[in-house]
Amino acid sequence: MALHVHAKYDLTKKVEIMGKGFKYLLIAIFVVSLAGCKFSPVKKRVSDEDAAALAAEQQKQKEGETGAQDQRYGAEMGDSFVGRELEDPNGPLAKRVFYFGLDSSSLSADDREVIAAHAKYLSAHPKVTVVLEGHTDERGSREYNIALGERRARAVEQLLLVQGVSPSQVQLISFGEERPVALDHNEAAWRLNRRVEFLYSGY
Amino acid sequence: MKKQLSFIFSLLMLAVSQAHAVLTIEITQGVEGAAPIAIVPFAWAGNGAPPEYMNKIIAADLQRSGFFKALPEEDMIATPSEAGKVNLADWRALKVDYVVVGKTIPQMDGSFQIQFQLLDVYKGKQLAGYSIRSRKPSLRITAHQISDIIYKTITGVRGAFDTHIAYITLTKNRKGKKLYRLAIADSDGFDEQIVYESTQPLLSPAWAPDGKRLAYVSFFGGRPRIYIQNILTRQTIKISDFKGINGAPAWSPDGRRMALTLSKDGNSEIYVVDLKTKKFTRVTHHYAIDTEAVWTPDGNALIFTSDRGGSPQLYRVELNRQSMPTGRPRRLTFEGNYNARASISPDGRRVAMVHREQGKFHIAVLELKTGRFQVLTKSRLDESPSFSPNGTMIIYATEDNYRGILAEVSVDGRAHQRLSLQTGDVREPAWSPFK
Repeated sequence: MALHVHAKYDLTKKVEIMGKGFKYLLIAIFVVSLAGCKFSPVKKRVSDEDAAALAAEQQKQKEGETGAQDQRYGAEMGDSFVGRELEDPNGPLAKRVFYFGLDSSSLSADDREVIAAHAKYLSAHPKVTVVLEGHTDERGSREYNIALGERRARAVEQLLLVQGVSPSQVQLISFGEERPVALDHNEAAWRLNRRVEFLYSGY
Repeated sequence: MKKQLSFIFSLLMLAVSQAHAVLTIEITQGVEGAAPIAIVPFAWAGNGAPPEYMNKIIAADLQRSGFFKALPEEDMIATPSEAGKVNLADWRALKVDYVVVGKTIPQMDGSFQIQFQLLDVYKGKQLAGYSIRSRKPSLRITAHQISDIIYKTITGVRGAFDTHIAYITLTKNRKGKKLYRLAIADSDGFDEQIVYESTQPLLSPAWAPDGKRLAYVSFFGGRPRIYIQNILTRQTIKISDFKGINGAPAWSPDGRRMALTLSKDGNSEIYVVDLKTKKFTRVTHHYAIDTEAVWTPDGNALIFTSDRGGSPQLYRVELNRQSMPTGRPRRLTFEGNYNARASISPDGRRVAMVHREQGKFHIAVLELKTGRFQVLTKSRLDESPSFSPNGTMIIYATEDNYRGILAEVSVDGRAHQRLSLQTGDVREPAWSPFK
C-alpha cells in the first residue's frame, strides 16, 4: 500500500520536473533567439591592423568604381504598445481581492464599484477569462465553509454577469478554509482569509 | 550482494516507518467514579522481552473509555498470571474492583497463545476467560479485542477498541510544499498507515459501512471531486465530478447510496446517488446553503446543515426508497446561531455537532427525543465530531498551541483525552464501523 502511494507521489514529482524542464527549454529557446537577433549583427572583433587593411581596401573599391557613396542604417523605433489595463497598478483592475464579513457574502459599495470596472473590462475583452476563487476563515465546519466560499464567489459572479460579462468568461471555485493567506489564528488573519480572488487567465 | 541488498532494504523500511508520524494519547480529564481495575503484566514464557506488553495496551484502552481507572503497575503487590494464583485480599486492599491476569506463550510455529482471565475481586469469581491465537503484527489488535471483551463483560456495552480511525494530516515536505494525507490508524492512534496523499486539499473522509472503503474529497486536478477508495486493494473510483462543489460524501447505512453536496444546479444542494446505477436524485431545493448530510441509522432520513433560517442549523428531511424527500425539511437545532456538521449516534438517539458559543466552536450533543442539549467541549476551534460505533465516545478535531490535533470526549462529557501527531496538523477524524 505504502509502495503504491510513494510511486504515485514520484509520478507527480516527475510531472513537476517535466514541467520545470519544459520551462527551462522555453527559456533556452528564448535566450538562443535573443542571441540570434541581437548579438549576431555585432561584428567580429578585429585587430587594428586588420581594420586598417579593410578600410583601405573599401576606399580603393569605392574610388575604383563610380566614386559615389551610400550607406543604409537601421534605427530604433521601440516596441508597439502592449500595455494593458490589467497591468495598471493604480487602476481599479489592480484590485483583485475582495473581503467579506463573518458568515457574510455581501460586498461593500466600494467593492461593487471596482467589480463593475472588472465587468466593463471583461465585457470589452470577451476572450479574457477569469477564475473567481472563494475562501473563508478557518472557523466552523469545513464543508460548510466550502459552500460559504462558493456563495461569496457567486455573489461576485452575479455582479459581473448583470453587467454583461458572458458566463463562459467566468469560472468559480471554492477552497473553503483550505487555502488561507494569513496563517495566524486571530481576527486580523481571519479578516484577510474571508475573500474572493480574481485570477485572470494568463496572469 | 544479497546481504547488502537486504541491508539496504531494511534501511529503506526504517526510513519509511520513521516518516510515518505516530499518534500519542494523553488523558486530559479522567472520570470520578470510574471502576478501578488492575491489568497485571502478562507472564511471558519466551526468551528476552515479550513481543508486546499486552497489559499496557489494555489498560490504556480501558482508561480511555472513562469507565475504568487502571491501577499503575508500580502499585501492584503481586503479579499473578492465572486466576488460581490471585490472592483476592491483595486486590481488595488496593481497592480494585476487577483484576485481569494473563500469559503470552510462544508457539513452535512463531505464533503466540494469549491467555487471559477477568476476575471480580469482591464477588471472588471469574467473569471471563479466553485463549487467543495471534501472530506478531496482530498482537496489538489482539490486545484491543481483549479490551473489548472486558468492556462488554463489565459494562454490558460492546467495546469499540478493535476499530480504526481515519483522518487527514497536513505536513510540509522537504521543499516546504504542503502535503495532505489520508491516514488510518487503530482506535488508539497506533499503527498509522497512509492510504492517499496529495499536494492539493483533501477533506471529508467517510467510512463505508463495510469498514473497507473510504469516500473522500480531493482537489487533485484543481477542483474538488469525490472518490471511493478500497483501503485493502487501493482501487479507487470517481463518484462525482460535476461543475462546482462535489463534497460531503455520506454512505447510507446499507452502503448502496451516498448523500453528497453538489452546486451544479446553482448553489450547494443535497443529492443522493445510487452507487450501482449512478443515478443522482436531488433532495433539497433552496437558495441557502445545504450541505453535510448524514443518514439516520434506519436509512429513512438525512440530517444536514442549512442556513435557510438565516444562520447554519441542523435540519432533518425524510426520504422514500427512491431517495425523494417526502416532506419539507424540519429544523432540529435552536440553541445559538451556529450548529453544523452533524454526526448521528449509531442508535439514532443523539446528534453531535459543531456549536458556536460566544465566538468559540465547541462539540455539542442533542438528544433527539428529549431535546436535551449539552455542550461537551471547552476549547475554541472544535470541529468534525464522529461517534464511535458503540456510541459511547466522540472523536473530534481541535487545536492545541495553533496545531490541529484530535481529541475524544465521552458522550456524557465526563472523559476527555487528546491524540496528537508529532508533526503537522491532524484533522477530520472519522471513526470506523465495527469490524
